[in-house]
Formats: sequence, structure tokens, C-alpha cells
Amino acid sequence: MNLNRRQFIHSLGLACGSLLLFPACGGKTKPVWRFLTEAEAATVIAIAEQIIPADQDPGATDAGVINFIDKQLAGFYSNFQENYRNGIAALNKFCTEKHGQLFEKLEWDKQTEVLKLMEKNSIEGDYWKENPSSRFFRMLRDHSMQGFYGSPRHGGNKDYVSYKMIRIDYPHVIGQNRYAPRCETLNAYAK
Amino acid sequence: MTNKHVNAVVIGAGAGGGPVAKELATNGLSVVLFERGGWAKYDDHDDDELISQRTTVLGNAFGPHRDKHWRVVVNSRNGDETIVYPHEGGYNNNAACVGSGTVSYGAMAWRFMPQDFRMKSIYGHVEGSTLEDWPITYNDLDPYYEKAEWEIGVSGQDPQNPFVPERKKHLPMPPFEYNREGKMLYEAAQRRGWNPFPIPMLRNSIPYNGRPACYRMRTCVGFACPVNAKCGTHNTVIPVALASGNCELRINCQVAEIMVNDQGKATGIKYFDENGKGQIQTADVVVVSGSATETARLLLNSKSKLFPNGAGNNYDWVGRNLQGHAYTGAVGLFDKDLYDDVGPGATVAISDFNHGNDGIIGGGMLANEFFRLPYLFTNQHSPGSPSWGKLHKDFQRQNYKRTMSVKGPYQEIPNFEARITVDSKVKDYWGIPVGKLMGARHPADRKGCEFLADRCEEWLLEAGAYKVWKEVGGGGGLSGGQHQAGTCRMGNDKKTSVTNKLGQLHEIDNVFVADGSLMVTNGGFNPALTIMALGFYVGDQIVKQWNGTHLKS
Repeated sequence: MNLNRRQFIHSLGLACGSLLLFPACGGKTKPVWRFLTEAEAATVIAIAEQIIPADQDPGATDAGVINFIDKQLAGFYSNFQENYRNGIAALNKFCTEKHGQLFEKLEWDKQTEVLKLMEKNSIEGDYWKENPSSRFFRMLRDHSMQGFYGSPRHGGNKDYVSYKMIRIDYPHVIGQNRYAPRCETLNAYAK
Repeated sequence: MTNKHVNAVVIGAGAGGGPVAKELATNGLSVVLFERGGWAKYDDHDDDELISQRTTVLGNAFGPHRDKHWRVVVNSRNGDETIVYPHEGGYNNNAACVGSGTVSYGAMAWRFMPQDFRMKSIYGHVEGSTLEDWPITYNDLDPYYEKAEWEIGVSGQDPQNPFVPERKKHLPMPPFEYNREGKMLYEAAQRRGWNPFPIPMLRNSIPYNGRPACYRMRTCVGFACPVNAKCGTHNTVIPVALASGNCELRINCQVAEIMVNDQGKATGIKYFDENGKGQIQTADVVVVSGSATETARLLLNSKSKLFPNGAGNNYDWVGRNLQGHAYTGAVGLFDKDLYDDVGPGATVAISDFNHGNDGIIGGGMLANEFFRLPYLFTNQHSPGSPSWGKLHKDFQRQNYKRTMSVKGPYQEIPNFEARITVDSKVKDYWGIPVGKLMGARHPADRKGCEFLADRCEEWLLEAGAYKVWKEVGGGGGLSGGQHQAGTCRMGNDKKTSVTNKLGQLHEIDNVFVADGSLMVTNGGFNPALTIMALGFYVGDQIVKQWNGTHLKS
């Protein structure tokens, strides 16, 4: 059952980014990212979903991690723009040459395998000569975690999904959970 | 426009500068208190973990900001020089706002122990270190600790700690109750024959000093307090200084240089005002309290005829002996929920291992750690377990409420080569040479950290953890961090220290230092209360000299 859900999300990501983020993705309107191209975003979505996969709880795609990352790349993380652009290009060059497809088109397990190789700097060839693949991977890992576990105000953690997963209340009124055993407004808000 | 001459300028409105400004202003001196930041409010960033003072991945909540501030860090292994920004780890940041770190700190309120002032006498000379006794004793500082505890506000109950130094007056507020993990650790420590007690805190456990009691949020460390229950200099001594009518606070001002005349006297300071315009403020007395990094940087940048290498630096001790704390400890997993959301987390401590440990120089207090917020917790997984993917997510989900961390600050062994200099090639936004950090920790730190981490492991196992791993600190690299200290050491010999025992530069008698820079050694405790006590102490020394008309121009 978990696997089915994951595969479902995975295939969604392949088709059009995230249904949750782009309700119009089947129509003519295409999402306009702030920094990433649509193709780059598709790769980042696939990587982030590997880092935080959907299971009984939402994963990176549902949480809008891509929205967090793109928003920060156009803001506080603008100094990472080049790292993203070059890193995504290197990854897709490798995947195309070795596996005949872009990263996001690979089977789930093949994607995992590629990321593990990147994490260990074990990809052969000169795809990553200037910036080690482990550094690119670590950056994406950290940024994905920030998007998933950070405050929703930065574009990720949609509907407080991570806070719900680890079972902590984030009341809309500061300190409300000091006075009530559970934060009911959050539950009400979620419905 | 010329600024009116004043009796004293105090540079830096943090833990040290706040008390000095208050002591001088309430004793009738005219004071200008300079702060490079502005007033911080909870609403600026409220409970946003990613922009706090503890986790700074998207910036520091209370500054400084990367558009105007940066430093150079020298890699201790290969000598590479890198420019680092305030939100990056190597920068060694302290907040830039009125109150500085006292707005957003965890607020532990430790007195150092008498032994912490006599480290060389107790432990002897340590090869490769500058370990030394302070020129003042615990008893000299005791009345000023008391002022800090009562005027700024501390809760706690000392008698439960058999190692606590003698005091003349009890603390003004009762201790906080233990949270769930605190109770478990309290009982576990007792079973091991240790002496657990509630952590003294610069937070109101009851309404005090016109502000309400703490209601124990999880977002406390790294954040301003939404109900103003945390006690810092911004809501205590600085308002008192301003209310005296003798103190003007000038915010968003960057001080560039202390002006020293050809007779070797300071005449005032040069600074950039909030509009970036260069200004001069003359004064009879200059007090520097900008933290161990910025205080040393300012002195080094203040070059004059008699002091070509910086104010008070003719013996090359300014900026030396940079130290912080080597945090070390252990993490334990439990098979039931421990997390009760009674923040900010740290409630119980032991002081059994601060001194008297076989083969170890000094030691440190150990306490349960403040709550790790969700993003910070993503790096709290056990060694060897995945940092991403399905297994990592499972770990987060299962263990966020079932993890306990116990740790403490090992008292670092200072060394001469761990230091701050200035980089003449790299300038900040205003064109002032930036601070350059270099050197590495003394190897004794690692040994001390291993010893303390073993105790933490024992403690967690006794409390019922089914799995424990150690996080041993003190390895390699340079220290400093928010607990940075030691760069303008006080001492009796002008050839081996920067200030005398009053906090007054040996070589320029109307310049004083009042912050962690003075500290010869850094204790095995969070240093905020000691820095505050030093602020009161130095303030009192200035007032005494002033009344003897020694300093009046």
C-alpha cells in the first residue's frame, strides 16, 4: 500500500510536477518558476522525493519542497543558483549517457542508486569535475529537509505536514498550546 | 554637526555593555551607548526555525546581516583563507541588536566556580597552552554576580547543588519545574550517586521586575520571548540606564576606531551612523564591550603613533587566546514519548564533573539539551544510519518525541595561536578591515570531551535509553562560537595580558574592556552571567576611579 502511494506520487511528479501545487497542470497554464526552468524543476522534484519519499505521510512533493527551493534560489540562496544549474545539468548528462534517460524518468530504485553514488562521490567520469557530486547532493539534501521541516512561510511544509508527522502542534495563536492539552485550532484548520 | 562631548562611550549593548552603561549613567556620568544593530522583537521572526539565532540557514534573526558583515577564517589544516558570512558556522556569530545574545539565548545563569578562576594553580602548566589564573578571585566577583542575579533576574535553587560556590544572598526567583525528561534524568542521576539540581535561568519563573512569568514555549533558544519573560540587558539594565536621563542609546552605528592621541590617551571614537555617515564622538572614557571577536578587532584597528599595532597591543596579546566551549555529550533513544512540550527543554544539570576528574584538566557541567526543533533534528540520527530516504523519514517520525540529549560545555584550554587579527586586504561594508580568525583548539580539549561524553552516555543509559551514541566535541579546528572569550585577557603583567585586574588597558588608562574578552579562562559553564557580572564589576571600577577624579579630562 505504501509502495503504491509512493509510485503514484512518483508518476505524478514525472507527469507535471505536483498536482497539489499546480491544479492547472493538465491545461494550458504552465507553472512559472522564479529561477528554475520547468525541466530543472522536474529533476529537483524527483531528487527531493527520493530524499523525503511519500509513505503513510506526505513526502517532499506533497509538502511543496520544490516551491521552497525555487523561492529561496530567487532569494536568500541566490548564491547557489549556479550550483543548481550546473549540478542538475551534470546529473542529467550522466543519466542520459549511462542510462539513456533523464534522472526523473529513471525507475525509483535506479534513482536511489544514482543518488547513493553521488553521495559517495563514486560516479565515474568527469561529470562533476569542478564541484564534487557529494557537495551537490548534500546541498539538495539539506535544502529538501529545510523545505519539508521548516516553517511553511518559506514555501514548503504545506499544511504543516512534517509537524503533523512528528506530532507537534503549531498553534496559530502563539502560546495557545500552553493552555489547552491539544491545539484544536490546528486540527480544525487542517479539515 | 558635532556630537557633544560626553564622559563615556560604551561600545556594544550586550551582556557586558548593558550593565556598564547602567552603572555609569546611574552614577551621574553622561554616556552614549553604541549598538551596531537595532531593537529586536519577537514579531520580527517569531517561531521561524530557519531564521533564528540557533539555526541560521536562511539568516540570523537578530543579525548581523551578510550584506554588511563578513570575516576571514583561516583553515587550521591547510592555511586556506575563506570569507565567511554571519549565518555560516565559522563566523562565530553573536547577535547584533540591543541586548545582543541576551535577547535570544537559552538563558542559563551560571556562576563560575572558585576553581575556574585558579586553573593554573590547580592544574599546573599545560604544555602548549596559556592556561593561567585570573587576577581576581571568585570572591571579588561574588557581589557583581549578585547584582546580575537581582537586577537582571535569575531563577533557581542553589542549595541542591553541593558544588555551588558560596553566596551571600539567595536567588530572587524559585527554580523552574523539571519537564518530563528532566524528571527522568534527575532520578537517574540520583541513582548514580550524582547531585542533580534545577538549572539556574535568566528567565522569570514568577512575575518579576515588571515582567510576567515564562510560559515555557519550545521556541525559546534562538528566539526573542513573545511575553518578555526572558531576562536580558535589553529589558532590564539598558532601560534603567536610559531612564536615568544620562544615557543616550545610538543604534545601527558601526564603530570603526578608538582615537588615541600622541600622549597615549583615548579621546573618543570614530563611527558610522545609521545613514552610513562618518562621525566622531569624543569622551573621557571609552569602554569596549563588543564580544571577544569585535572588541579585539576594534582595538587592533585603532592604530596610532604610540600604538602602531593597535590600541593596547604593544606586547601582541590583543586577540590572542580565543576560546569558546567544546560541547560534548550523548544522545539516547527511548521506547516511549518523553517530549512534553514544556520548553525550552533544558531543566536539570549536574556539576559533579566540573573539577576533580582523574587525568582531565577541568571539566564542565552537564545538562539535558534544549529541544531540537524539526529541521535541527534531521541531523540527530544515529551514526551510520541514513541521513535521507525512507529510513531517515521513519527515524524522524518515530523518534522526534523519544530522543533525549545530554551535553555540556567543556572548559577549553586556551592557547596563544588561537586568535583574531585584522585583515588589511578585506574590508567590510564601511571599509573597516574585517576580523580574521585563525588557530586551533588545544589537544587537551578532546580528552576532556571524551571523558564528559562517557558520563553523558552513562546518564542516558541509567535513565532507560535502549540505544545511546556519543557526540564527542573538542576535535580540531578553531573554537569561539557564541561563548567566545579570552581575547583581551586581564592580568597583572602588561607583557602577558591586555588589561589590568580592573578591566583597564595596561597601556591606555582611559580605555576599559567589559565583556568575555577579559576572561582568562572560560569556565565549564555558559558564560552569560559571568559576562554580566564583569560588566557590573568594570562599571564599578570606572565609577570609583571617576569619583577619585582620575579619569576626568
